[in-house]
Amino acid sequence: MSVMQGDGRLKSQRFRQAREGDWKRLERLMDKAEKGSARRLSDEEILAIPVLYRSTLSALSVARETSLDRALIGYLETLCARAYFFVYGSRSTLMGKLGAFFRRDWPMAVRALWRETFASGLLMLGGAIAAAVLVGQEPDWFYAFVPAEMASGRDPAASTETLRATLAGEDTSAGLSAFATFLFTHNARIAILAFALGFALCIPTGLLVLYNGATLGAFVTLFASRGLGVEVGGWLLIHGVTELFAVILAGAGGLRIGWAIAFPGDRDRLDAAADAGRTAATVIAGVVVMLFVAGLLEGFGRQLIESTPIRYAVAGTSALIWGLYFYGPRRRPAHV
Amino acid sequence: MSDATVASSARKGARTPPRKPPQTRERAFVTPEGVDLRLEIGDAGQRAAAFMLDAAIIIGVLVALTVAAVFAGIGSFIAGATSGEMIVVIWLLGFFLLRNFYFTGFELTARAATPGKRAMGLRVAARDGGRLRAESVVARNAMRELEVFLPFGLIVSRADQGGVDSWMYLLAVVWAGIFVFFPLFNRDRLRAGDLIGGTWVVRTPKQKLVRDMADEGTVRLERFQFSTAQLDTYGARELHVLEDVLRGRNRETMKAVAERIVRKIDWVRDGDHDDFDFLSAYYAGLRGRLEGRLLMGQRRADKHDRG
Repeated sequence: MSVMQGDGRLKSQRFRQAREGDWKRLERLMDKAEKGSARRLSDEEILAIPVLYRSTLSALSVARETSLDRALIGYLETLCARAYFFVYGSRSTLMGKLGAFFRRDWPMAVRALWRETFASGLLMLGGAIAAAVLVGQEPDWFYAFVPAEMASGRDPAASTETLRATLAGEDTSAGLSAFATFLFTHNARIAILAFALGFALCIPTGLLVLYNGATLGAFVTLFASRGLGVEVGGWLLIHGVTELFAVILAGAGGLRIGWAIAFPGDRDRLDAAADAGRTAATVIAGVVVMLFVAGLLEGFGRQLIESTPIRYAVAGTSALIWGLYFYGPRRRPAHV
Repeated sequence: MSDATVASSARKGARTPPRKPPQTRERAFVTPEGVDLRLEIGDAGQRAAAFMLDAAIIIGVLVALTVAAVFAGIGSFIAGATSGEMIVVIWLLGFFLLRNFYFTGFELTARAATPGKRAMGLRVAARDGGRLRAESVVARNAMRELEVFLPFGLIVSRADQGGVDSWMYLLAVVWAGIFVFFPLFNRDRLRAGDLIGGTWVVRTPKQKLVRDMADEGTVRLERFQFSTAQLDTYGARELHVLEDVLRGRNRETMKAVAERIVRKIDWVRDGDHDDFDFLSAYYAGLRGRLEGRLLMGQRRADKHDRG
C-alpha cells in the first residue's frame, strides 16, 4: 500500500511522530506565557515562539490535507490559535502606545475627520444662532434651552448685578478640585455618549451637538442683553475653547461612524463601520484628554483668574496650541 | 446524465473546502499566513455570563470604594481636617475610571479579556485576523455607553408622570433595547461595539494531544490481510466513529461494532482474535487506504460517498 512504509507505520503517523517534540515545546511555552506574562520567558524562548508557531501552522495545513487523525488536527488547531494570539497579540508597552498616540495617531485621526469636524462645528454654531435669535426675541425661550439645574439662578429673571456676580471667581479655592473632577467626568460621559450615539445613524449625535450649541447661544444672549457680552465671553472661553472643541470632535467621531454605516460606498458595510470606528475611537480617546484639560481650566483657571483680558489671553493661547497641534504642518513620519 | 447528477457531481467538485452549515459556532479565521484557524465564537450565554461577572466585580469595587470614602470622610472630619475634598475627587475619578476603563484596560493586555471573559474561556480578537489594535478595543468599549449605561439609566429613571411622557419613555426603552439585544440578531453574536471595533469574541479552548489510535493498529495490521474492496467499504466519517469506539474501549460496544463490520465486509473470523485487535487493525488499514486516496486528492466523506 502506498502510504505504508517499511516498518508498517502510516505516513501520517510518521509525520506526527517526527514533529511531536516541537509541538510539545510550543505548548509548554504557551502554558508558561499564558500563566504569568511574557516577561517570564527568556529571550531565546521569545525568539523561538514565532518559528515554532509558523512550523506548527504549516503542519496543520499539511495534516488537514493528508491526515485523518482527528485528535491531531484538533490539537494543532487549538495550539495554533493559542500561539497565534501570542504572536499577533499586543506586545508594545503602555508607554510606547501612549507615545505613538500623542505623537502621531491622535492628530492624524483628528485631521482625517476634518469634514465631520466641520459639519459638527456648523451644527453647534447653528444651534447657538437659532437659540440666540429666539431668546433675543422672547427671553422665555431661555428656559427651553437651559435646564434649571445648570442655570442655577442665571436666568432672565435675575438682575444684571446678580448675573455680573456669577461671572466672578469664587472667594476661596476650597472645593475647586472636586468641582473640576465633577465637570471632567460629566463632560467625558457626554462626549463618549455623543460618539456612541453615532451608531444610530448620526441623528442623535447631531441633535446632541445642536442642543449643546443652543444652550450656549441662549446663555450668551442672556448676558449680552444686559451689556455683559464681553465678560461672559471670557468666562466661557477660558475653558470653552478646549471643551467646545472637544465636544465638536466627539460629535465628529459619532458622525463618521453613523455615516459609514448608512453610506458605506463600494465597501462592505461591516468593514466601513470598523474602519470608521477605529479612527473615531482614537479621536474620542483624545477628547477625554482634552476634557480633562478643560476641567482643570474651568475648575481652577476660571475661578482663580478674574480678569477678563487674561481670560481671553488663556482662551486665545489654548486655541493656538490645539490648532497647531492638530492642523499645523508636521514632518511626515519615517515609518507609517 | 440527468440534471441532478450534474448538480451533485458539481457539488462534490466544489466540496474541497468543506462548507459549514451556519448553525455551528465555528467561523473561518484566516491568519496573515493564510491558514484558517476555524475558531469557535462565544455564544450568547457565555457572553452574558462573562458580562454579569464583570458587572458584579465593578459593583463590588464601587461599593468598597464608597464605603472606604465614607469612612475616610468620617475620619478626616473627626481629625478636624479642613476638607474631605480629596476623598470626593478620588471617588469621582474611581467611578469614572471603573465605568469607562475597566473593560478597555483589561482587553488591552496580552490576554485580551476581562476577568469575566477569562473565567468563561473567551477573548477578544480582530475579525480580519490581524493584530487586535488598541483603538478597536477603545471603540468596542466606548459603545457600552449606548448598550449598557443608557438603557440602565432609562430603567432607573421612572416614568411616573403619565401621559405623553410615559409614551416617550416606552419608545426610549424600546429604542435602547435594540442595542442591548443586538447580539441576538446576528449570526456572529456581534455587539454594536464589536461592529464598530471590527472585533468579535472567540473561545480559547485548550486540548491535549491524545494518542494516535493508529499506533496500536499498525502493529496488529500484519495479522489481518484486508483486501482493497474490504477497505473501500467505509469513508472518513465511519473512521472517526471507529476511532471513538477504540478510545472508549467499551467491551460491548466493540463487540457490536466488530460484528457489524465483519458482516458488512464479508470477513471470515477465525475466532481466536479479540474485538479490539480486529477493530484496531481495521482502523489502521482503513485510515491507510483513505489517506492514500487523500494524497491523490480524493476525499471520501462517508460510506455513501462514491466520488
